[in-house]
Amino acid sequence: MKKMRFSIYRYDPDKDAKPYMQDYEVEIGPNDVKLLDVIVKLKTMDDTLSFRRSCREGICGSDAMNINGKNGLACITDIADLAEPITLRPLPGLPVIRDLIVDMTQFFKQYHSIKPYVVNDSPRPERERLQSPEDRKELDGLYECILCACCSTSCPSFWWNPDKFVGPAGLLAAYRFIADTRDEATSERLDNLEDPYRLFRCHSIMNCVDVCPKGLNPTKAIGKIKDLMVRRAV
Amino acid sequence: MGVPVRRFDAVIVGGGGAGLRAALQLSESGLKTAVLSKVFPTRSHTVAAQGGISASLGNVQEDRWEWHMYDTVKGSDWLGDQDAIEFMCRKAPEAVIELEHFGMPFDRLENGKIYQRPFGGHTQNNGQTPVQRACAAADRTGHAMLHTLYQRNVRANTQFFVEWMALDLIRDADGDVVGVTALEMETGEVFILHAKAVLFATGGAGRIYAASTNAFINTGDGLGMCVRAGIPLEDMEFWQFHPTGVAGAGVLITEGVRGEGGILLNSNGERFMERYAPNLKDLAPRDFVARSMEQEVLEGRGCGPNKDYVLLKLDHLGPDIIKQRLPGIREIAIKFAGVDPIKEPIPVIPTCHYMMGGIPTNYRGEVVIPQGDNPESRVNGFFAAGECACASVHGANRLGTNSLLDLVVFGKSAGDSMVEYIKNEMPTWKDLPADAADRSLARIARLDGQTNGEEVADVRTAMQRTVQARAAVFRNADNLSKGVTEIQQVAERVKRTQIKDKSKVFNTARVEALELENLIEVAVATLIAADARKESRGAHAHADFPNRDDEVWMKHSLYYGDERRLSYKPVHTKPLSVDYIPPKERTF
Repeated sequence: MKKMRFSIYRYDPDKDAKPYMQDYEVEIGPNDVKLLDVIVKLKTMDDTLSFRRSCREGICGSDAMNINGKNGLACITDIADLAEPITLRPLPGLPVIRDLIVDMTQFFKQYHSIKPYVVNDSPRPERERLQSPEDRKELDGLYECILCACCSTSCPSFWWNPDKFVGPAGLLAAYRFIADTRDEATSERLDNLEDPYRLFRCHSIMNCVDVCPKGLNPTKAIGKIKDLMVRRAV
Repeated sequence: MGVPVRRFDAVIVGGGGAGLRAALQLSESGLKTAVLSKVFPTRSHTVAAQGGISASLGNVQEDRWEWHMYDTVKGSDWLGDQDAIEFMCRKAPEAVIELEHFGMPFDRLENGKIYQRPFGGHTQNNGQTPVQRACAAADRTGHAMLHTLYQRNVRANTQFFVEWMALDLIRDADGDVVGVTALEMETGEVFILHAKAVLFATGGAGRIYAASTNAFINTGDGLGMCVRAGIPLEDMEFWQFHPTGVAGAGVLITEGVRGEGGILLNSNGERFMERYAPNLKDLAPRDFVARSMEQEVLEGRGCGPNKDYVLLKLDHLGPDIIKQRLPGIREIAIKFAGVDPIKEPIPVIPTCHYMMGGIPTNYRGEVVIPQGDNPESRVNGFFAAGECACASVHGANRLGTNSLLDLVVFGKSAGDSMVEYIKNEMPTWKDLPADAADRSLARIARLDGQTNGEEVADVRTAMQRTVQARAAVFRNADNLSKGVTEIQQVAERVKRTQIKDKSKVFNTARVEALELENLIEVAVATLIAADARKESRGAHAHADFPNRDDEVWMKHSLYYGDERRLSYKPVHTKPLSVDYIPPKERTF
């Protein structure tokens, strides 16, 4: 059986004065295909190794981490594609609770700040609100976000101003509601983002596009919001 | 012990579809409500549902809730309670329309209405022809629904306790539920949450099996808590095997693939479902298709080097349909099976997917247990909804897309019942018993102090192997009785698990050990209930008793964990407004 080398960020505030990197060597069996498979195996060797995980198929967004310098989901990352030693760190830019587990409070605060729900105060029809397939298509590439935070925590603008810049995930969500023909709050949504920081700290560095495990494009969505702002101004 | 107490009108345990739908009723009624979730709510397993949510909207062909009800009763192999089934099917259209109004991004038909696709066992005219009843958001319906419900709760200002794990149910001397104990994972602190009413929406427990479509978090926490608190579990012998799990990986491939026209092939390239179900073919209900697939493999017509799977072919749908309607499936097939379904078929095997049984409830979401002469006496202050509950709408076999429907219909119903109960019957809180937190503290102290114990992972693997081997698609008396003995041996080992991690901070080793204490209760219940049922019905296919026996066995099992014994209660044969649908032979 093949062995692989790992270097993993460790920090337990209960006992460690500061974080350190710990080396592991683990045998890779025929069922160890994804990075998560191997981390789960590592945990059977060292139960203090702490990380989040749930669906193991890339839909719940729990196991985002920094893998060999790039943010991604452990459960859909092929172990065979990774150079050794495989270096795992928590998502950058957020406070570390323990090992690979970060405090996502700030990330969700920004998501909540864009009012992530359809606003429509018209009387509810008895049946569904109609939406053409073309209008519905406008939501593709937006609604599939799994809130894993890979994008926002790869964004230098978010690292510098996590309290002021909404970040790519939040802005992608903002555009998801702007683009929804059923939503009636476009103008309020734009007001909410008309700010030197909230929207305009995006400098189109495009790290978010590069890391999104669902293949979404927050930069494009942010560009569309900026367009709407400009069009509104003239 | 000075365990801190926090007080709410209502506590909801679980932040998936059922918990979030119930939370809306409570938040919007102005009651002080706490929603506890082991994971951030959008990470709950509802997110993984793919194919659709059923409702007789009739957007594509004529449909009626009565037909939906008939399909559900027949799908349940006449173990479902017909009052609860009528309630769910009647409410389905308004529940789906409500989700649309909440902003759920359903796919659309040319006329702008919600897109509906065919699904297993969905028919017009009581079994005559397939009907398009499954309302879908591509093949990410669960994701779209869960995020929409979470978003709606953000709007309603629901108070979440994220990454809090409920440990035990608190009942007072009258047997009434007065709260739960819970572990705040980040700090390792235990709290008492004192409440007038508690809802369990804790989801499934598919992780009792070695191969499962379920997430790691599906550990039957609500069921474990019930067993420890003396509440019985209903119909635990019935586990759904989804026909199309990716061979080897266990990851789900939606039945929506077959709804869109995908077919199953054996090693001869034969579309074998035509032989087993001449009318519905690949869209027969799941128990039926899973057995047919296993039969093909047993008779040597499996595919691959070990002839142990069959193929799901969909390339004939063309790239456009696959990219538009089944994009998530394509992604999964490429990532987990190494095949692009636009070109190649996907290797699939029946994989444990869904728990039909659970905490006994009525269609109002109230937990009901036998007391005196009443087989369904209410447990005051206690409610359950979603996969952890058994209403019972799924009976012995759930129809695809009825699970998401169950979450929103019974989540809302339970929420309404809680509001009514709190406002009409509970002006104030009942006292907490003096020993409210003792059981939880003892469990944690035992883990912290355990020496010379067993590794959690080893014991969990032993449990999963036992359940997988002894309570599979095809069952027999010999296998089941061995399983009963073996699983009780594993249960003894669970009492001696040991963790090395003693940290207070986000101790996932402790969480996994506590989860195993819940899983094992579910596993023991499953084998004992399965061993006792001497017939074949729905997902319980017993080689020594191959026929359904309505005379003796048209009844729900109730498992009591304290003595590991069973009792039974009758199936509800009286719908709310329509005529009883009497048992018939179940062919498709």
